[in-house]
Amino acid sequence: MVPVGWYMALAAALFLIGALGMLLRRNALVMFMCIELMLNAVNLTLISAGRAMNDLNGQVAVFFILVVAAAEVVVGLAIIVAIFRRRATASVDELSELRG
Amino acid sequence: MGKRMVETVIFVIAALAALAGAVTVVLARNPIYSAVGLLGTLFSVAILYVVQLAHLVAAVQVIVYAGAVMTLFLFVIMLIGVDKEEKRVEPLPRQRLWVGILAGAVILFAAGVALFGEFVWVPAAATAIDQEATNGTIQAVAEPLFTDWVLAFEATALLLTIGAAGAVVLAQFKRKRA
Repeated sequence: MVPVGWYMALAAALFLIGALGMLLRRNALVMFMCIELMLNAVNLTLISAGRAMNDLNGQVAVFFILVVAAAEVVVGLAIIVAIFRRRATASVDELSELRG
Repeated sequence: MGKRMVETVIFVIAALAALAGAVTVVLARNPIYSAVGLLGTLFSVAILYVVQLAHLVAAVQVIVYAGAVMTLFLFVIMLIGVDKEEKRVEPLPRQRLWVGILAGAVILFAAGVALFGEFVWVPAAATAIDQEATNGTIQAVAEPLFTDWVLAFEATALLLTIGAAGAVVLAQFKRKRA
């Protein structure tokens, strides 16, 4: 079987790419996708570590993360749409104040 | 050519696909391409879940993420419009230089530790992986889910209800407020 370190290295690379996208892009939607990328990297870490440690709780944790991420996407996208309707922009540079 | 070989081949293909999708998310100018790249990464990660016998989680990943979440993303992209180019003006001068130096130092440190140090990926790794112990069938995952984690499970039901209600409230938009 593939060593657990390979999975960890892949997850680290995915997390790194997501973090870089978060820093480099200004489109709120693309930044949101980068958050999803980082969440997936962590999920992969949990599954791989759970298998290496003969523990099923890693998969249960990933299950909960998936549910919370789904709720987060629903609310986050609703906020982005609300901001776009008010300001007609999806760029985070233009949103420098909390006032509506 | 045993089981090990097959798993290695699947791992390499899925890992390359996942990395390609992730790079597409970051580099694509058009958010639709970013969304498609994210979709590819999600599918590839689901394949890696199946390779590691996490069957239920892989199915949930495809249904919830690749199905529901990506549909939502594409709908919002279509609502907002994709034709706007990102501005290249720096609001904070030279921030990229400093962040780049800092990030490079952190990455080099982590890579050095991982490659040259005595780095243990999983602290208490079992000597032999028991395929039966972590075979993530629906029954196997449901047992801890409905015994040890039943309170958290009920809490997620509440969370999803609140999330749906919150999205409805946010979607109601009033331009003229008294």
